[in-house]
Amino acid sequence: MPVIKTEGLAKHYKTGFWRPRPYPALRDLTLEVEQGDVFGFLGPNGAGKTTTLKLLMQLIYPSSGTAEVLGKPVGDVSVRGRIGYLPENPYFYDNLTAEELLVYFARLFGHSAREGRARAQRLLDEVGVGPERRFQLRKFSKGMIQRVGIAQALINDPEVVFLDEPMSGLDPLGRRDVRELILKLRDQGRTVFFSSHVLSDAEALCNRVAILVKGRLAVTGSVEELTALAAKGYELVVAGLSEQLLERVHSRMSHSTRVGPGRYSLVLPPSTAPEPLIAELAAAGARVVSLNPVRSTLEDFFVEQVRAAAEDREVSRAS
Amino acid sequence: MKAIGIIAGGVFRDSIRDRIAYGLVFFAVLLIAASFLLAQLTAGQDVKIIKDLGLAASSMIGLFIAVFFGIGLVTKEVERRSIYSLLSKPVTRSQFIVGKYIGLVMTLLINLSVMAIALYLVLAYFDWVTPASVKAAWESSALDPRMLKAFALIGVELMVMTAVTLFFSTFSSSFLSAVLAAGVYIVGHFGDDLKHLDVTVNSWLLPVLGRAAYYVMPNLSRLDVKAAVVHAEPITGAYMAVAALSSGLYILTLLVGATIIFSRRDLQ
Repeated sequence: MPVIKTEGLAKHYKTGFWRPRPYPALRDLTLEVEQGDVFGFLGPNGAGKTTTLKLLMQLIYPSSGTAEVLGKPVGDVSVRGRIGYLPENPYFYDNLTAEELLVYFARLFGHSAREGRARAQRLLDEVGVGPERRFQLRKFSKGMIQRVGIAQALINDPEVVFLDEPMSGLDPLGRRDVRELILKLRDQGRTVFFSSHVLSDAEALCNRVAILVKGRLAVTGSVEELTALAAKGYELVVAGLSEQLLERVHSRMSHSTRVGPGRYSLVLPPSTAPEPLIAELAAAGARVVSLNPVRSTLEDFFVEQVRAAAEDREVSRAS
Repeated sequence: MKAIGIIAGGVFRDSIRDRIAYGLVFFAVLLIAASFLLAQLTAGQDVKIIKDLGLAASSMIGLFIAVFFGIGLVTKEVERRSIYSLLSKPVTRSQFIVGKYIGLVMTLLINLSVMAIALYLVLAYFDWVTPASVKAAWESSALDPRMLKAFALIGVELMVMTAVTLFFSTFSSSFLSAVLAAGVYIVGHFGDDLKHLDVTVNSWLLPVLGRAAYYVMPNLSRLDVKAAVVHAEPITGAYMAVAALSSGLYILTLLVGATIIFSRRDLQ
């Protein structure tokens, strides 16, 4: 059973004062996230990532479609006891200390003040908030608030953690801490659903990602699948290849490089299937040393998707 | 119920430490103390001046705190997005509204108590330094316990105004909420005049509108017994009970309305 499930989820905001018109922030989002996934929810600014997270937290209501978390509709209060949420650019109560804030939230989950304090201490240690935890939050920097925000999202040992731009405002050390924390959550079997602009983080942390462009789901899948989809071709390393044989197959490859006596690296375009060529080379006496897909990074794939979506829009507008 | 208590405690803890609230209460205490000096300049009216100024200062400063912090209960929470973390916890929107309301009322009642104690201390000192022959001319004693009735109804008025501000803040901006709440306060103090507008105005429409406003707006003039207390007029327990009960019903209606509106609102 999926931990997070949306079907045809859409949200239209009304814009304009005199004649309000609907602005589609999210359209027809159908998505499933399985237990234990570290799911990266990616997209450029204004893609609808935060809107989706707000819908999943029922901070806003959908224009159409449904959403479920842990098998129950998102409005179910009992589900909220099993999830954690870090909003984008969080803000808390100025006159409370970090410790008091966490105890306050822990008590909302039914923990005693004493238990809340113990949890607060452990989590603040984990996210790197030191003695300043006894300062009022109005004295905190943006990065420190972000750390407190992450701690409050974990105060109830949630089964599912929703993080909206968790790396935002953090210094390199903070980013590393959060990356390690997400991996730790994954190792504990928890599900992490996070939105991010930082694709290298998504590539390093996520087993599955979705790319959202202008409110539409452009693509979803495992990082490996998606980067393989955008494969730039194959690199075939062959030994015992004669000059004549190389001449014969040359037209089918992008380029070739001599790496040693009779040993060549042949790069095939994605349109050329490697299997017939391998068979032909083997029949002619050459030996295949290795075959590897030449993959693009998640960033390459992301940029391709965003461009493709923009071109589609141009075409539909022109027609 | 537990969630409401925890939210109320959080609001109380946050607002009781707010520098603006401190400043306002300090200002009220200063004003009450200053009334002592002002009383020296008047002959025969001294104790009335202190009571008048003290009660008025407590009421006005309390109103400022109720409106200023009442706006923050919902509007600022939404504008600053602090509400996102809170509502992602096992808390319903109605628990949020009621918890916020109770938390601010607790803060207001503590602040009002501080102002009442300050006024009684000033009056106690005045009573101590005033010769018995002068005291004999006073309508009521300096430490007249009836003043507590005035403070109690100021407390009820502040509870009504907190509910009014909270209600407006569930659907309008901070500024608009403050303006609307100020409007309700002003109109609310002319409740009886609005009801009998036909006596003073030669129009068919205005008395109808006045009567409509009378039934919709809270009758805050009924909660204002400051002058009666200062002039030692009797305020019966029945009067207090009816005023408190009708205000309670009004508060309940506003909280239900606020909950309904807020439960359907998108928190963008």
